[in-house]
Amino acid sequence: MPSTPDPASWRPQPSPRPYPLVGVDLPGAGAHPQAWRREDSRAEELFGPRYWADLTGRLDAAGADIAFFPDRFGVASGPGTVRGRLEALGTAARLSTTTRRIGLVPTQTTTHTEPFHVAKAVQSLDHTTRGRAGWQVDVSADPAGYRLFGRKEVQDPADLWDEAAEVIEVASRLWDSWEDDAEIRDVATGRFVDREKLHYIDFVGRHFSVKGPSITPRSPQGRPVVVIAVTDQASRAVAVRTADIIRVAADDVDAAEALAGELRREAGDRELRILLDVDAHVDADEATAIRELAQLEEWAGEPYRGRTLLRVGSAASLVGLITDVGARPPLDGVVLRPLALAGGVTVLTQHVLPALRPPELARDDTTLRELLGLSRPANRYAA
Amino acid sequence: MTPRPKQIHLAAHFPGVNNTTVWTDPRSRSQIDIDSFVHLARKAEEGLFDFFFLAEGLRLREQGNRIFDLDVVGRPDTFTVLQAIAGVTTRLGLAATINTTFNEPYELAKQFATLDHLSEGRAAWNIVTSPDAFTGENFRRGGFLDYGLRYDRAAAVVSAARRLWDSWGRPPRIDRAAGVFAADEDLAPVDLHDGHVDITGRFEVPRSPQGQPVLLQAGDSSAGREFAAGHAEVIFSRHGTLADGQAFYADVKRRLPAYGRHADDLKILPGVSVVLGDTRQEAEDNARRIARQQVGPQTAIAFLEQVWGTDLSGYDPDGPLPAVDPSPHATITRGRVRHDRDPVAVAAAWRARAETEGLSIRDLVIAETHRQQFVGTADQVADEMNRYVQSDACDGFILVPHLTPGGLDDVIDRVVPRLQDRGVFRTSYEGATLRDLLGSRPAVSFAAVPSGPSAASGPGDPGPAASSTGRRGPVGVRG
Ligand SMILES: Cc1cc2nc3c(=O)[nH]c(=O)nc-3n(C[C@H](O)[C@H](O)[C@H](O)COP(=O)(O)O)c2cc1C
Repeated sequence: MPSTPDPASWRPQPSPRPYPLVGVDLPGAGAHPQAWRREDSRAEELFGPRYWADLTGRLDAAGADIAFFPDRFGVASGPGTVRGRLEALGTAARLSTTTRRIGLVPTQTTTHTEPFHVAKAVQSLDHTTRGRAGWQVDVSADPAGYRLFGRKEVQDPADLWDEAAEVIEVASRLWDSWEDDAEIRDVATGRFVDREKLHYIDFVGRHFSVKGPSITPRSPQGRPVVVIAVTDQASRAVAVRTADIIRVAADDVDAAEALAGELRREAGDRELRILLDVDAHVDADEATAIRELAQLEEWAGEPYRGRTLLRVGSAASLVGLITDVGARPPLDGVVLRPLALAGGVTVLTQHVLPALRPPELARDDTTLRELLGLSRPANRYAA
Repeated sequence: MTPRPKQIHLAAHFPGVNNTTVWTDPRSRSQIDIDSFVHLARKAEEGLFDFFFLAEGLRLREQGNRIFDLDVVGRPDTFTVLQAIAGVTTRLGLAATINTTFNEPYELAKQFATLDHLSEGRAAWNIVTSPDAFTGENFRRGGFLDYGLRYDRAAAVVSAARRLWDSWGRPPRIDRAAGVFAADEDLAPVDLHDGHVDITGRFEVPRSPQGQPVLLQAGDSSAGREFAAGHAEVIFSRHGTLADGQAFYADVKRRLPAYGRHADDLKILPGVSVVLGDTRQEAEDNARRIARQQVGPQTAIAFLEQVWGTDLSGYDPDGPLPAVDPSPHATITRGRVRHDRDPVAVAAAWRARAETEGLSIRDLVIAETHRQQFVGTADQVADEMNRYVQSDACDGFILVPHLTPGGLDDVIDRVVPRLQDRGVFRTSYEGATLRDLLGSRPAVSFAAVPSGPSAASGPGDPGPAASSTGRRGPVGVRG
């Protein structure tokens, strides 16, 4: 039962800036399964660098805060929707040298991957972006994914998220396993590192064990930003304990506000940002947006039903929605999910983002944590 | 008309996590900062190199049960760096050293296909196999693999990856009017089961520009060479000297016909370094100075300890070698590749050499451990490099600089033009992909590659295929 947040039980965290945070989800051709059929979809470019560099480059220049790159294992079964995807962390890494300010947050699932590889890849993304990396943690519940790896029996959601929590724990230990000043380059003694400042993590869990330390030194943010989308009880339990950003879905802003209040209470006084997912198809002109959605629905043969609130209409109405979210303190901003990505990014960069914030707001040397107003974590191993 | 001389292939090795990378020099910069990678990659592309190369090690090395602290320590994730480099280069190949023991084939295939797509056909995989339990402590699988099985798993993993890459026979059909994005016949289901691999399903990345990334192999055993003959298009070798190189070259190339392959299909590139000077004397002085930087007093003792298998910190690096013999089974070092397997014999040889030549511990270690170097003026180095290639000691070189990141600047500025003058190195990039630069071809379809020359083809084995493209319908490997 959503309840009104009790302001006494959670501390409103200082807002990073006077503007609501705006992330953008970049799922292939768009959140709508038929988006690729639009003339402007750039469907032929989905597997090349130009599409991704162009979209993130324009979002970066327009001052969007975070680009999210969804991922999972397996391919859609039918030919009516986009089949195939590039690996998200590699895609984000490819963009690390062509963007300057925007946070890059790929999804890495924890069910079939090696925790050590996941941790060092995300940590390395933080190096290649100079502190703009995040990691959206997800699990691979789909039985088809298990058959691509052949290593385990299918797990239930509680077990999947229990394992995810272990991977997060291992990652954060590995990220701390080098103290910030471990590299000493001491010519007199011939020592490159002070090995007292490198730490075995000696993690032994229910699902695996990892010795450590990381092969990669501590990264600019100390720990890259951990993101979890709350989709069920199991993900929620892990999110409130470990996430720096929680993504929520809701039917309307009131429900989102109530949910965010609950999550903040459950999180105690941990620093945390909460972003509301918003499916969006907007245009400068409302009638065009409505007509275009009707076309997508006609191709699909059914009305669009996402898992969160949908805004179809004028760009101005989306600006109003985001501003409303920004005025409700348990929420810190939105993650926009354009139903049709290529056209959607154009509208966002021309009509939505400029109305929300001055583009020169972000400085080039800002880390994602700084942008979010989250402090750099102290190293658990440092004396 | 004289035939066109053999063309030289060049690659840039980012300075590694070992003593040849000099960090005490004031010009030495970060081995982590992306600017260092960008510097070397851009310079290599300016020099029209075939590819940029990253080594990998998945656990920090130890000596005497403690993390080894005398060399550069730490490196970022290979794929992540190469993707970042792909964003600031356009033609340079991008070679990732990736271990087949501690990775899963489906995920690797996805990562390499993504790199090949986003670099527009420049991805390469340097296949390494070290299965040590020490490294395994960082992984779910642990140290599960016997040393003797390392190439069995490598063959299974690489064959599975190739099968996945080939399962999209062509770019997906995209038909807006018909509402078809990749018809079923564009992506064949894959069904692979053997002792190492268990995959059922469809691959999720469409065919990449090269179809398959270029495959490299580094690993020196007979099993390793055989694996390379069956799978690789490039060998990263440690046989850099003329005689050693020629023997290795002949040994590997004679293995190719058994796999239906031609000598040109597998390029042999030893790791070497170059030291330049305006005169030969100056170059030799530079080489001596660099060698002493690479083997400082503490490093000299550390090398000795690796052979003797025991703490020798009481010895004077400028004094004589220990008179005691190594204990034959003691090992003090973990996480590095050992190529010498009989420490008593090595110690005897080292002692004899030190006595004959009057060498201190440090001098002896310098003499014994330095890799092949070309030392001289730019003209002399160009001549020597060319002589090695024309006399079949190799097909080119993976150049290993001693400084991060500017260690190849002078080679690229001064030696490359001399090679071009001699008509043995390209003057512009031609072709579209890394494979075009190398002039190689992938090994015959994986399905036809037995795990060794003695392995018999099983029933239902489709046999050698002229092309790995255009495959249709469900595929399977011998179980
Ligand atoms: C020139 C050369 C470079 C190598 N570089 C790496 C490396 O970067 N990372 C790694 O794990 N192993 C590396 N290896 C080790 C080989 O992968 C290892 O020796 C091999 O896989 C084990 O097989 P082998 O017995 O055939 O040598 C290298 C080997 C050679 C010869």
